Amino acid sequence: MVTTTPVMPASESLDPSAPPRPAANQRLFDSIPMRATPVTPARTVIDIQNLDFFYGAKQALFDVNLALEEKRVTAFIGPSGCGKSTLLRCLNRMNDLIDGTRIARGSIEIRGIDIHRRDVDPIELRKRVGMVFQKSNPFPKSIYENIVYGLRLQGVRDKTRLDEVVERSLKGAALWDEVKDRLHESGLGLSGGQQQRLCIARAIAVEPEVILMDEPCSALDPIATAKIEELIHDLKRDYTIVIVTHSMQQAARVSDKTAFFYMGKLVEYNDTRTIFMHPANAQTEAYVSGRFG
Amino acid sequence: MADREINPFATQATWFPRFEKGVFWIFRLATYAVLLSGFAVFGTIVVKGAGTVFTTRAPFLNVAFLTQAPETLYVFEYDGAKHELGAKDYRAFRETEEAKAKAAGKPAPKFESVESIVYSSGGIFPAIVGTILLVVGSMAIALVLGVASAIYLSEYAKNGPVVRFIRLAIINLAGVPSIVFGLFGYGMFVIFLGWNVSLLAGWFTLAFMVLPVVITASEEALRAVPRGFRDASLALGSTKWQTIRKAVLPYALPGVLTSSILGVARVAGETAPIMFTAAYVVRDRLPWQVSQVSDFFFQGVMALPYHIYVVSSKIPQNVYTERVQYGAAFVFLMLVAAIATGSILLRNRLRGRYQW
Ligand SMILES: Nc1ncnc2c1ncn2[C@@H]1O[C@H](COP(=O)(O)OP(=O)(O)OP(=O)(O)O)[C@@H](O)[C@H]1O
Ligand SMILES: [Mg+2]
Repeated sequence: MVTTTPVMPASESLDPSAPPRPAANQRLFDSIPMRATPVTPARTVIDIQNLDFFYGAKQALFDVNLALEEKRVTAFIGPSGCGKSTLLRCLNRMNDLIDGTRIARGSIEIRGIDIHRRDVDPIELRKRVGMVFQKSNPFPKSIYENIVYGLRLQGVRDKTRLDEVVERSLKGAALWDEVKDRLHESGLGLSGGQQQRLCIARAIAVEPEVILMDEPCSALDPIATAKIEELIHDLKRDYTIVIVTHSMQQAARVSDKTAFFYMGKLVEYNDTRTIFMHPANAQTEAYVSGRFG
Repeated sequence: MADREINPFATQATWFPRFEKGVFWIFRLATYAVLLSGFAVFGTIVVKGAGTVFTTRAPFLNVAFLTQAPETLYVFEYDGAKHELGAKDYRAFRETEEAKAKAAGKPAPKFESVESIVYSSGGIFPAIVGTILLVVGSMAIALVLGVASAIYLSEYAKNGPVVRFIRLAIINLAGVPSIVFGLFGYGMFVIFLGWNVSLLAGWFTLAFMVLPVVITASEEALRAVPRGFRDASLALGSTKWQTIRKAVLPYALPGVLTSSILGVARVAGETAPIMFTAAYVVRDRLPWQVSQVSDFFFQGVMALPYHIYVVSSKIPQNVYTERVQYGAAFVFLMLVAAIATGSILLRNRLRGRYQW
């Protein structure tokens, strides 16, 4: 849908010498069909409070407060190195695996449970909070074995159950029709886009609540990207999704909420429409209109 | 002006091209020298050894050499003819001749200029068996210990000064001469642990000798497994060990084997480490001829490299000793090649299965 809402003028520009270009967003959005779903507030699934995160002595996140809503797609945007991936990896405690990382202050609660509580097992957490990576990373096994990997870890042996899950996951990842005749061939024989969807299928096979995606389309061509975006839109019915992206268009197309980060700080968080059309912050405005980053 | 055309690509008259050519020739000659000496070594062993191992009549293989234990060779003159017989045959021959003479009422027959040459008759079967046992056992121990410590070092241990020190120690261990490992094995396993000269002592001594290679290679192979496999596995809620076992180790295995093949050749070939720990000069009983299972591990064995050493330097040399010397060397080369080929085939199969 084409919007005619005027863009809020920037109250302050990052680069004072740059001439204000109030119509930039306008032009961007004229060409992008934005999701028309009105964003009504939903239940909070993940609640991040006052998060300070360190890699050794280097602070990567500063006082981040963010509430991610159930069955919505939230996009993390921001220039390279601003901490999007870091925050994403905090949500399933993948950062625990890096030496010297620590959360100095603040908390992350998922459905009211602090995920750093002593009695929270990161293994169990990661079963509930799945992840899809920038570079598709199927195992060099068959398509079938890729998908049942998580279930096999949990000790599921029942063949009919596994078959069911494979079919359901592949259908869920919009890949079933393309691969149903070659389930036992290597996952590496698929195209890049199919591999990424296979990774999504593998992630949803363990039935997580939340799916974290770190630039899932950055290595894909436009057609494969469009398919994944379509898929994300469908997955939203069942899952809460967080996606990191460098593409403003993609954020605009797939997300309901957008969080803009800059230098480890959350600058602005709002409905995607608002972030792109009426950003409250000048930095956000400059970034989404493509003037920096 | 066609005849006075200027050629911008004309060869420049400098000394450099000729110098370059000269240097290339030096390299070329060096390569030829290496090739030549290689051929000389292999050629001698194959030509002389093949005479022992192969025969001109069916089955074209000297089965006795490959399946019998070493015997003393007796060379003697009898009845005007020259005979060469192994100890058993010699004794039998002598008895029958003496019995014949007695029956005929003649004086005892004369065996003239009898010469006995140890180990030069019979075969080298116990040494072949011993070497195979030593290689298999020590590689198994080295792989288990090596892969385990590589996993610990590269996957579990925090990369601090301690780990760096351990790595340095391992690298230095690789440079220790094999005779030192032999002495260590002798002091540690043979004397201190009281295992005597035994398979077990040899296994551990050889395993320790190749451990540095195996650990370094395994670490490299583990590192070569893409990060993505680990991330994917962990993000699906697997424990660290599950991830290593299912998403890392299978893909590192071909790499581990590749470099362990070098270890195989070394384990099979070294004489010094087994000299004091596992090798017998001669042993009549085969390793499986033991009264109880535990004896199997605590018996010494014959081994090909040590046997070659013994027959080439510990017995008086003459024309009759060459047969077993070159024969054993030839079989030894073939055996090492066979073991290496086996490991390569296994590696390739794994690689085919776990390619990424
Ligand atoms: N393993 C690490 N060790 C130390 N510092 C790190 C590590 N990973 C990231 N950082 C630092 O933390 C900051 C945030 O990195 P992060 O990867 O979260 O950025 P990003 O927003 O995802 O960037 P990009 O868009 O390029 O992926 C960067 O300054 C980066 O250098
Ligand atoms: Mg990133």
